[in-house]
Amino acid sequence: MLHIVNKSPRERPSLDACLRIAEPGSLLLIEDGVYAAARGSESAARVQAALDRFKVYVLLPDAEARAIADRLIDGVTAVGYDGFVDLVAGHRNCQSWL
Amino acid sequence: MSEGTQKKFMFVNRTAPYGTVYALESLEVVLISAAFDQDVSLAFLEDGVWQLKKGQQTKGIETKNFSPTYRALEGYDVEKLYVERESLAARGLSEDDLIVDVTVLSSAELGKLMEEQDVVLSF
Repeated sequence: MLHIVNKSPRERPSLDACLRIAEPGSLLLIEDGVYAAARGSESAARVQAALDRFKVYVLLPDAEARAIADRLIDGVTAVGYDGFVDLVAGHRNCQSWL
Repeated sequence: MSEGTQKKFMFVNRTAPYGTVYALESLEVVLISAAFDQDVSLAFLEDGVWQLKKGQQTKGIETKNFSPTYRALEGYDVEKLYVERESLAARGLSEDDLIVDVTVLSSAELGKLMEEQDVVLSF
């Protein structure tokens, strides 16, 4: 399953709930969710720790807007809107953790 | 407002810039209050510190990049910008990552400053 998180990890517990409950699969961070992958942040350690269970993607335009595209943690994959579409199409189902 | 009445206004910014409209709305109200010649200060804490992050490129999300406006605040005599140290640290940020000069305060110092205000508006 493709899991999509769009909220800041410090504003809402969406990411933590996702990482706690979801079966291994793919995780796409979009909108304010991209802050979770900012190097040096407290949440980055939690995303890093989840890399053995999830293939983690970050929507690049959202990371660029928030000025963190150059500080994404290693191991995550930046994708554009076309990549977003491919991810949705390439998974049997997806879940948005609003 | 009667002539000569000046109050201490603090705008508390706690949200990231593009996921919601709060940050932009706050900036609009700050500019309005500055036009009324009030004693304005801005506080940035929690995800609000991301509003000041250098290097925002919003072309890809087709949204206006309003971060340069923070640099223009000085022209409106809005010069009191405060950032909570703990909020920066939790996000892996330092003062050098910010587009404007700010005063970095501890949580306790910021709390004291809030206490001194006449009006506190939170976004």
